Amino acid sequence: MIVDVLPKAEILDPQGQAVARAMGRLGVAGVADVRQGKHFELEVDDTVGDAELENIAATLLANPVIEEWVVRRVS
Amino acid sequence: MTGARIGVITFPGTLDDVDAARAVRYAGGEAVELWHDDADLRGVDAVVVPGGFSYGDYLRAGAIAARSPVMGPVVEAGRAGMPVLGICNGFQILCEAGLLPGALVRNQGLRFVCREVGLRVEAATAWTAGFTVGQDIRVPLKSGEGRYVADTATLDALEAEGRVVFRYTEPAPNGALRDIAGISSADGRVVGLMPHPEHAIDALTGPGTDGLGLFTSVVAGLTTAA
Repeated sequence: MIVDVLPKAEILDPQGQAVARAMGRLGVAGVADVRQGKHFELEVDDTVGDAELENIAATLLANPVIEEWVVRRVS
Repeated sequence: MTGARIGVITFPGTLDDVDAARAVRYAGGEAVELWHDDADLRGVDAVVVPGGFSYGDYLRAGAIAARSPVMGPVVEAGRAGMPVLGICNGFQILCEAGLLPGALVRNQGLRFVCREVGLRVEAATAWTAGFTVGQDIRVPLKSGEGRYVADTATLDALEAEGRVVFRYTEPAPNGALRDIAGISSADGRVVGLMPHPEHAIDALTGPGTDGLGLFTSVVAGLTTAA
């Protein structure tokens, strides 16, 4: 399973901003904004249900105060 | 009169436990070592969660430490009214553990800030009762993820309930919302702040002795209660 975590839109992301500025220095045009987050790959067996996966994301992998997340199952 | 027994937790990566224990002793308390892997508070009357880089700041600053064995009883005791102080990484841990609202994120400008700052004491709590509300103190700040954030409703509630305990007397060097340096629980027993009072208890090794007031406040409160 994959969990992608990103800072919430309203939270200042100075790291993403620094990456965006570096792109400008490289001459890359057309990138308006960068947000930097985390990507988790978890190997879980089939006994782990969706609710448990969501719980893992919401209570440990992401901090709901400052971050949003997406849980995806991949085979 | 028995002295107040104040626990100081050591996690892997904690840096400031020795200074915190020293501050407890300077204030007349007995410092008791607590270990991250023991779900045991050893009968202490209060707990200091010191600064550093617990678990290497893996995942998020304070995130792993907040879920370590010792924090179970700390959260339980803190909710029941035991005085708990989180300093710097300790503040991050208390927020991650849900004892205090909000979160600490990367400093605005990405720069690690290491210098003395002025703080205004804005609330009387278990850890600030010995100060006068409105008093300015000077203590060191040394953190890269010290920018306090919370949603507007939480910030408004903290202000309305008198739970902003410390505010920077200058524009927050880390970009903290509303220049908040430290907050408390609703009952004023659990306090977290980014700057380091334990480094300002002796003129020989710090900018002054302003920080000692947090430790003498809690020791006085505990010995009066006993």
